[in-house]
Amino acid sequence: MTAMLPAETRSQVNTPLLTKAYEIEGGNFIKAGTASTRIKDLLKEIGIPTEVIRRAAICIYEAEMNVVMYARRGVMTLEIHPAEVVVRVEDEGPGIPDIGLAMQEGYSTATEAMRESGFGAGMGLPNIKKNSNTFGIHSEVGRGTSLRIGITLT
Amino acid sequence: MAISKKSRGLKHSEMTLKEVGEIVSARAIACQHLLDKVNIETAGAADLMSDVLAYSGPGALLLTGLANAQSLHTADMAEIKAIIYVRGKQPNEETIRLAETRGIPLLCTPLGMFECCGRLYQAGIMDDGNVAGRNP
Repeated sequence: MTAMLPAETRSQVNTPLLTKAYEIEGGNFIKAGTASTRIKDLLKEIGIPTEVIRRAAICIYEAEMNVVMYARRGVMTLEIHPAEVVVRVEDEGPGIPDIGLAMQEGYSTATEAMRESGFGAGMGLPNIKKNSNTFGIHSEVGRGTSLRIGITLT
Repeated sequence: MAISKKSRGLKHSEMTLKEVGEIVSARAIACQHLLDKVNIETAGAADLMSDVLAYSGPGALLLTGLANAQSLHTADMAEIKAIIYVRGKQPNEETIRLAETRGIPLLCTPLGMFECCGRLYQAGIMDDGNVAGRNP
């Protein structure tokens, strides 16, 4: 598809149709879920198919809870592309020393307080991967973690 | 192996949330006006919200003993139609207000999780995992 486009439009292919960023406050369990709710409402408003919204909502809520539970702060950026919804989550936090281990269902470093919120059972990252079409994770210990979650619009 | 609806001789039922509430002796604490309008066919029960996000099917009823704001956000994100809080648990005022805003009915019952599930199963409500084809 890209190869068929004229040279001047080719550079615009990766430019999202819409971009919106949402702040997430680490440790604030009262506000937790606010960013996800706003993104879900926006996806609904612009007419994204219901099944895509549900998968996107599950991914972003798990990601938001991870930031709330583990990081100092984070930003969740929604990008709407012609064929894909992309959510980037970047946090300032402790980072993940072993991503392979963190991706295993059931592996968790959550505290008792985190578990009381109904999360922290080592399901978050595997659940995000399961509900997305493309999933990328990068983490630096002592700095933070970034995720790229892609959900195809078909 | 999970027992299918047919083999346990029960008819698959769809009922209003009001009827569901009566079966488990629950009272509505949010969106009471929707009790007659919301139909329930499937349900899931969990206190772990990640499990709800991972395994629930859209349009299900959630039975939980976790009465915090996260239970409501989880229901909202996973397209859960309504929540019944078991063992007499009740969310705070802010969560109830949020449920009203999001249009998600909340009910409370003094019954335990096991009793609620048993009664609803017997009445023909299906496990949302069966409907989504996740159960063997």
